[in-house]
Amino acid sequence: MSTFEAERSTASVWDGGVSPFSIPSKKLGMWLFIISDALTFSGLLIAYSYLRVASDDWPLPFHFYPSIVVSSIMTFALLSSSLTMVFAVASAQKGRTSAAIGWLWATIACGMAFLLLHANEWLNLIHEGLRPFENPWGTPIFGATFFTITGLHMLHVTIGVVLLAVISIGHKSGRYTADHVEISGLYWHFVDLVWMFVFPLIYLMSVPLE
Amino acid sequence: MSHASGAHAVHAAPTGFIWKYIFSLDHKVIGIQYYLLALTAVWTGMILSLYMRLRLAWPSAELPLMGGIMTPEQYIAMVTMHGTIMVFFVLTTAPMGGFGNYILPIQIGALDMAFPLLNMLSFWVTFVAFIVMLSAFFVTGGAPTSGWTGYPPLSAVGEVAGPGLGLGQTLWIVSIALFCVGALLGALNFITTTLDLRTKGMTLMRMPLTVWSWFITSILGLLAFGVLLAAGVLLLMDRVAGTSFFIPGGLVISEQIISHKGGSPLLWQHLFWFFGHPEVYIAILPGMGAVSHILSTFARKPVFGYKAMVLAMSSIGAVGFMVWGHHMFISGMSPYTAIAFSVLTLSIGIPSAIKTFNWLGTLIGGKIRLHTPMLYSLGFVSLFVTGGLSGIFLGQPSLDLYLHDTYFVVAHFHMVMGVAAIFGIFAASHFWFPKMFGRMMSEPLGKIHFWVTFIGVYAIFMPMHYMGIAGHPRRYAETSGVEYLGALQPLHVIITIAVIVVIAVQFVFLFNFIWSLFRGEKASINPWESTTLEWTVPSPPPHDNFGGKLPVVYHGPYEYSVPGASADFIMQTSTEKVPDHH
Repeated sequence: MSTFEAERSTASVWDGGVSPFSIPSKKLGMWLFIISDALTFSGLLIAYSYLRVASDDWPLPFHFYPSIVVSSIMTFALLSSSLTMVFAVASAQKGRTSAAIGWLWATIACGMAFLLLHANEWLNLIHEGLRPFENPWGTPIFGATFFTITGLHMLHVTIGVVLLAVISIGHKSGRYTADHVEISGLYWHFVDLVWMFVFPLIYLMSVPLE
Repeated sequence: MSHASGAHAVHAAPTGFIWKYIFSLDHKVIGIQYYLLALTAVWTGMILSLYMRLRLAWPSAELPLMGGIMTPEQYIAMVTMHGTIMVFFVLTTAPMGGFGNYILPIQIGALDMAFPLLNMLSFWVTFVAFIVMLSAFFVTGGAPTSGWTGYPPLSAVGEVAGPGLGLGQTLWIVSIALFCVGALLGALNFITTTLDLRTKGMTLMRMPLTVWSWFITSILGLLAFGVLLAAGVLLLMDRVAGTSFFIPGGLVISEQIISHKGGSPLLWQHLFWFFGHPEVYIAILPGMGAVSHILSTFARKPVFGYKAMVLAMSSIGAVGFMVWGHHMFISGMSPYTAIAFSVLTLSIGIPSAIKTFNWLGTLIGGKIRLHTPMLYSLGFVSLFVTGGLSGIFLGQPSLDLYLHDTYFVVAHFHMVMGVAAIFGIFAASHFWFPKMFGRMMSEPLGKIHFWVTFIGVYAIFMPMHYMGIAGHPRRYAETSGVEYLGALQPLHVIITIAVIVVIAVQFVFLFNFIWSLFRGEKASINPWESTTLEWTVPSPPPHDNFGGKLPVVYHGPYEYSVPGASADFIMQTSTEKVPDHH
């Protein structure tokens, strides 16, 4: 026993028996998921940049109004949702369950606003003739990258909205703790962060500069 | 907040056949499920290779199930499916999903994986991926013909390009995407388990090298499969949504002008090989871990340079992400870029050499016990060196320009990531079989299997080096009509005979496996006199691994032949005092 006890006196959190990051395994799992999902989005954004640089007729169809105004409102909605998510987590950790649930639903509302505006944006562009395989303005790759990247991001936001709704209901019934709220918050902030790359790369860089 | 033992996933032992054996949450059952999936896959892949070899040796022979003489399209479909099944469903599945799942939690003193439900889902997603992959054989047009690398435009343009490139290719990419999801969930689970669930005293530097190898492999998987998933989504879009990510403009295929334009086939190569190169380490690293572990056990000596082994594996993993360009030397890459990739590639030789010399250092002066797992481990070292040396040739752009897409490449990667990794799996199978199934495998049968397989694989792959240097291209069903290759035909016959012998002797392994399951000698708790935690629990271990009492670890994993100790090995859980000897 003495060998072990001698070592314990110089023990570190890496010595086994405890979680070295002092967080529940689920939270670590979410961080790892975020890393791999970030790699997936990186792959897509690198593909987008690669194809765009290689193309000589990249279209610039996003005029200030409506595209940039609407996408800025979408960005604002998503950024606000991250703020409400922070309040939700803080309230949950302080044990103020009903406030936490209120903030969660505010986050969901912002997410829904983003999704509706985005869906409307898609419909407008489709109406203007944008398809994954063709568009009236230039290389067909534009539509391919636009729909794939924003589509995958929309899928993530949709999953996030459903996740937050489930967590919110579960938090009310006591099934999900403040940790669960925080873990779903990690995912939500990540989805928000991805948009902060998508917005400038897809939208702002495709504004015609007269 | 303490997560000491509360962090351990606890779930009650299941009852009923379905929850116990089909949708089990127990990492041990899931490990065996993965192993059996890989066993099914490896026999499928092996039969495909037999067909390929028969076609190459006797081009005019009529083969069963082929409807006469195998067409070149059928041959290349075999190449594709053999490669895909072997790389994904055998070399990635058996060492990680199989042994990693079964052994890792026990070796670190955990009751189960961190996320048992996710673990079960990973297996079933992988299983569905395998079924989808196999179904490509049975759809109109048959299996895809684009190789395991799925290079576009061939893989992207659809059935206009030939049989197998319609629905078969779509199923192929769906299967790969599903496999990515399963592998990502698995990797996430392994990393969390290793970080969070180590029992008291299991410091990082007391983890067996097997655990290190699974841990590093999982990190590679977490980073690599996400990128393949992205590439897979894009390829699927090209096939089903009409996009042109990987299809350039102006292609004429089968005398039709393709309407796609604007894409880049090179983009796929970058994305694919950013995954593909780490993938070869995903295949080999667990073998390295198991072999280090087994060499030490059967040489009755501590692993030579434990820390160096850990650092070598880590650096192989890290540098592995920076060398993908060496698969693309002939894709029109700038020579300066090629040199950068070449230097990084050759630098992987350093940690690989460290590992090899440490294995030899472990053996020198050991009291070697030549049991079957040890034989396979020695075979692994031999094959790894042989395959690694030819890698130094291929890593140089000037040589690769000539050797690329010849049999030299086939010989190289089969030796180093194919057969060597398979020998790692064989070593692990014989080593852990007693723990997993409670009975010993037959030693005489194991030795027969080893020697014939070992000599056989050299007989198969050594001649391929010469064929490659002679300029024999790979992926061609036959070479009749190519004058300079005519002289190589006898080598094809010799190789095919060796293949038939090697495949025949695999039945010995299968027989040994099944016979030993029921008739093997009963295994004791610790038949190999090994030191790690799995040898402190009954064979097979109970549902919660440790019978409700978590072990405490006091020693490193390789305390063999310690001077002054009461036996020639000290269990990790032993409280015996050890003089400071290294």
